Amino acid sequence: MNGSEIITKILKDTGNTTLFGYPGGAIMPFFDQLYSEDQIRLILVRHEQSAGHAADGFARASGKLGVCVTTSGPGATNLVTALANAYYDSSPVLAFSGQVSTWLIGNDAFQEADVVGSTMAVTKQNYQVKDVDKLGRVFKEAMYIATTGRPGPVFIDLPKDIQTADCTMADPIPETVELISYNPRVFSKGASLQIKRSLDILMNAQYPVIIAGGGVALANANKELEELVNLMRIPVVYTMMGKGVLSDDHPYVLGMLGMHGRKRSNFAVSEADAILALGTRFSDRITGDLSHFPGQPNAKIIQIDIDTAEIGKNVPIDVPIVADLKLALQEFLDQVKRRLADPKNGTMKSWWYKYIKELKESSGIPDASRPGKTGRIVPEKIMFELNKILRPDDIVVTEVGQAQMYAAHYLNLRKPRTWISSGGLGTMGFGFPASIGAKVAKPGSEVWLVAGDGSFQMNLHELATVKQNDIKVNIIIVNNQYLGMVRQWQELLYEKRYSYTCLACKDGHYYPDFVKLADAYGLEGTRVEKPDQVAEALVQARKAEQTYVIEMMVEPESNILPMLLPGGALNQFYSRRKEKKSIYDWYYRLPRTDAEQNDYKVERISKEEDDVNVFFEE
Amino acid sequence: MLVYDHPGVMMKITGMFARRGFNISNISVGHSERPGFSRITIMAEGDEATIEQIIKQLHKLIDVVKVQHLDPQRTTMREASLVKVNVKDNQARQEIMTLVEIYKGKVIDVTSKTMTLEIVGTQRKVDSFIDLISEIGTIKEIARSGVLALYRGEESITLD
Repeated sequence: MNGSEIITKILKDTGNTTLFGYPGGAIMPFFDQLYSEDQIRLILVRHEQSAGHAADGFARASGKLGVCVTTSGPGATNLVTALANAYYDSSPVLAFSGQVSTWLIGNDAFQEADVVGSTMAVTKQNYQVKDVDKLGRVFKEAMYIATTGRPGPVFIDLPKDIQTADCTMADPIPETVELISYNPRVFSKGASLQIKRSLDILMNAQYPVIIAGGGVALANANKELEELVNLMRIPVVYTMMGKGVLSDDHPYVLGMLGMHGRKRSNFAVSEADAILALGTRFSDRITGDLSHFPGQPNAKIIQIDIDTAEIGKNVPIDVPIVADLKLALQEFLDQVKRRLADPKNGTMKSWWYKYIKELKESSGIPDASRPGKTGRIVPEKIMFELNKILRPDDIVVTEVGQAQMYAAHYLNLRKPRTWISSGGLGTMGFGFPASIGAKVAKPGSEVWLVAGDGSFQMNLHELATVKQNDIKVNIIIVNNQYLGMVRQWQELLYEKRYSYTCLACKDGHYYPDFVKLADAYGLEGTRVEKPDQVAEALVQARKAEQTYVIEMMVEPESNILPMLLPGGALNQFYSRRKEKKSIYDWYYRLPRTDAEQNDYKVERISKEEDDVNVFFEE
Repeated sequence: MLVYDHPGVMMKITGMFARRGFNISNISVGHSERPGFSRITIMAEGDEATIEQIIKQLHKLIDVVKVQHLDPQRTTMREASLVKVNVKDNQARQEIMTLVEIYKGKVIDVTSKTMTLEIVGTQRKVDSFIDLISEIGTIKEIARSGVLALYRGEESITLD
């Protein structure tokens, strides 16, 4: 077997038969091998960055490894953003690229780049293969590392001569790999004791809250989480990466927390006296100012994560548990059931969960059916209409920015892996190629891309990919003619000095015309300018046979609110009319004694319709 | 720590320190008792939380096989240093030789204008030796090995 045959054999044997890629000089031997491989399908993209994002989207939608391949030099450096994105969001991606032949490495040959050096900081592990006998081992090891423990991208640099070199070993592909330096820790006896301690805290807490992060989806622990929540009746807030791990319809799910989170979610975390954090790394987007987190200084924090380094990195932890979340939650369930079965142990404190229902209903739903002040659609309207037709298996993929946050804040999703969005790195241009990967992974699901006009233009050439490969994505371009999120910050924090965020021409005309653009790629599309046309356009997109582009013309200066004050605590935010508000302008502080509980007014302080887009009134 | 003896491993380790804003005071690298593995000793500064993060992040690197924070109380530490010093006259030469003797060092090279001295000891010993030498003659060059350290007694960082 030669190098290329070893790779294709491994890909077939492991069931990784969908690749995203782009050819070039240094990877030609491998592509030549693909020519005669009918079990392997390669989706030809139009830019190597998209190959990486599509593999990432494939991985997120399927829970399996995403694979991409490019040529050397620029082909490989174009992958760096995609690898960084996958690394930040713990997505299992295997990327390999051609390299100049071994005897040319280091000589600055044509299309040579030090990609092992370039990808070092943005991959879980990387390799350069200089001996074809080691190729099989490296590929198996790479796949093992990418998909186990905390998943992440692994990169392999593959010199051209290695792709054609004949292997001297009879069996160059090891069945399994083990590494003494890498034991993706799953569960230890120590964790059981820590879980016991956690339960002591949670069952004695007045106001416990669960923060569900992306790790719940990665560990496929959503069933266990749901059972635990139902048993313990603890409200759940989720991070952006944790969207979908529990259904938004679930009575105990309050919604997203953090920067653009729900007020009720931020309130619950601010008031909690015990926090169970599952597969979340307490990023600055969810904590606000760390000196004010947690909101209750005496609150106890329990953190379960598979990555030791994430425990206590940003926030001091009272009960650290390093474990595979699925196994940890199973142990949690066992212990909870045993405790609840014994009446001596008492039950959960009841007052809090009686209040959750009211809390859940307490966020005002804005009336978004009216046009905004310039007569255009308000973005909330799009999300409300999309909510009406989303089916549980539909997958929502987003770009990055305001449109992403509208979607994260308002959309009701019901299953894990139906929300695909660039969290940690915040990569504009991720969404469209990722939606391609998601659709390829789940051809039976409808895939919706929620994109801003800015982000979409970062990888719009992939319209050619969806056309050529007959991949259907329903594209919603929320066009506010600005780089909206930056403009929003300029409005709120830089006195409306809109420095280079307007994407329209001086005369107000906007280019490109996205409907004509779709047409140029042989695709259909429509432009929507009035709120009452939104629903119809979405249905039309769903009915379309191929990728369909909806350009939604929205209020140029619409803001996604609430928004935490930059540098402020989790309870301080900009609300409608751009006022600085405290969460306690909406909610009474929770009572801490029985007497206070008896007098507590459950209704909110402010009945004022909140979360309303500021453009209804000025 | 013990690491695989692969190309690029040092870069992964030092890159992690640089990327996360941790400081390396000194570092020493060499073969370990086991073929295919190197032993690296890094001296880093930081509060307890920082040191904990450093250990965790090092542990996360797949090429790092074992990491431990060596408690100075339970650790033997040595640093080797070569010092080339300009010598202006015979009296200075004599003074330097006396110091070398006190510090149990060695003179390993002599010319009419310079002397090269070898000293092995704890970091403090090496520091004070260099201080004293610099009072006698102008120091031309210093090469320090970085700290080498092993647990006292039977405790050790090995693969077994």
